[in-house]
Amino acid sequence: MIVIIKYNAGNITSVYNAVKRLGYPCKVTDDVDEIRHAEKVIFPGVGEAGTAMIYLKERGLDKVIKSLLQPTLGVCLGLQLMCSHTEEGDTECFGIFDAIVKKFPATDIVPHMGWNNLSDVESALFRNFCRDDTTYFVHSYYAEICMQTIATCDYILPFSAAIRRDNFYATQFHPEKSGSVGEQILKNFLEL
Amino acid sequence: MLKKRIIPCLDIKDGRTVKGINFVELRDAGDAVELARRYVLEGADELVFLDITATVENRKTLTELVRRVAEEINIPFTVGGGISSLEDAQAIIRAGADKVSLNTSAVDHPELLTEIASQFGSQCVVLAIDTKLVDGEWMVFVHGGRTPTPLRTIDWAREGEKRGAGEILLTSMNNDGTRDGFAIDITRSVSDAVNIPVIASGGAGTMAHFVEVFRQTRASAALAASIFHFGEIPIPTLKQYLKEQNIPIR
Repeated sequence: MIVIIKYNAGNITSVYNAVKRLGYPCKVTDDVDEIRHAEKVIFPGVGEAGTAMIYLKERGLDKVIKSLLQPTLGVCLGLQLMCSHTEEGDTECFGIFDAIVKKFPATDIVPHMGWNNLSDVESALFRNFCRDDTTYFVHSYYAEICMQTIATCDYILPFSAAIRRDNFYATQFHPEKSGSVGEQILKNFLEL
Repeated sequence: MLKKRIIPCLDIKDGRTVKGINFVELRDAGDAVELARRYVLEGADELVFLDITATVENRKTLTELVRRVAEEINIPFTVGGGISSLEDAQAIIRAGADKVSLNTSAVDHPELLTEIASQFGSQCVVLAIDTKLVDGEWMVFVHGGRTPTPLRTIDWAREGEKRGAGEILLTSMNNDGTRDGFAIDITRSVSDAVNIPVIASGGAGTMAHFVEVFRQTRASAALAASIFHFGEIPIPTLKQYLKEQNIPIR
C-alpha cells in the first residue's frame, strides 16, 4: 500500500489521483501505524511551512516521517520541510537534507510558476528523463543546492529541484502536475 | 529556462463548454472533461475552467465537474465563476483544483483574497480582472463584464497582489472575441506594475498575436478559448511556431 500523509496542506487530492492513475493501491492517512507499515510514503503539500510544521509536531508526525525506512517522497512543501531550516516563518525543519530554504529575491516574478528545465539530473528517480523535458513548479521559497542535490533548476538563481538522502527523495516540482514526464518520475519512485 | 504558458480556457455552462462573443452570445463547444483531456494530449500547459453563468444566476461552480477533471488530467487547472466565500473556495480546492479564480467577489470582498491565501497559499489564488477602456482609462468591470466599478485596473491589480493574489488573469473586454490581438498596453502596464505572474486574455486570433504579447509585455502566460475549441489554431502548431520565434515554450 502506498500511503500519502494527510495534514493541513493543499494539493493532496492531486497526488492521490496521480498514484491511482498509475494503478497503485493508495491511501491518504495520518494514522501513524499505517504510515510506518506502508510500502512507500508520499509527503506532498502546498502551503505555509510554519503552520504545517506546528500541525505535524502536534501529531508527532515529524518524528514518524524522520524515522521512516521505506522509500519516501517529499513534494514541494514536503521537500522544504525535509531540509534543515526555512526562512518561511523562520521554521526549524526535519533536517533530513542539509539544505537551507530561502525566499526568492524579488528580482523577477515570484512565485516561480510554470514549466522549467532540470539540470545535473542523477538518480533512479529520473529514469527515462530527457534533456529537454520540463516539470511544473510553483513556489516562492527554494532549497539551496547541497551535497544531496540530484537535480537542479535555474530561476533567478540555481536551486535544488530534487534531493535524495538514503531512502528519502524529494522534488520541488510537482510530478503529479507535470504531465507524462511527471507521471514517469512518480512511476520511477513507485517502482524503487 | 521558465517557459511561457499556453492556457486554453473552457467556459462552462451546465457542465459543457461554450464560448461567448463579447460575453453575450453563447455557442456550444462540447463536453468539458473530453475537451480537457484533448488539450492535455495536445500540450496545453495549464487549463482554466470558468463557470460563466455562476455569478449571473447565483449558482455555485459544479464541484462534481472539478472532481472528474482532477481525476482525469495531470496538469494544473484553475476554476472560477461564482466563488464568493472561503467555503466555496475550499470545496473547489478539496475537489482537486489547483487554483481558484475570483472576480466579482474579490471586488465586493477584497479580504477574501487574503483569507484563501492564508489558508491555501497565494499560489492558488488567481485574481481575474475584466477590464475595459472608458474615456481613455482602463477600468475594472464585474458581473461578467456587465457592471462598471470605480476601480482603475492598475490600482486593483496592485491591491490584489498586496492582499494575497498569486496570479492575475487579465481579460480585455475591448479585445475579447474580436480576434484582433491581445490588449498590449494594459497587459504591459499591469505586468510591469505587479511582481506576480500575469495571464493575458482576450483577443487572440493568430499565432503572431501570442508572439506579440510575449515580446512586448512581461505576461507569463496567454489564454484563449475559441481558437482552440474549434481547432482553428491547434496547440501543437502554435507551440512549434512560438519556439521558432525563440519564445521559451515547453
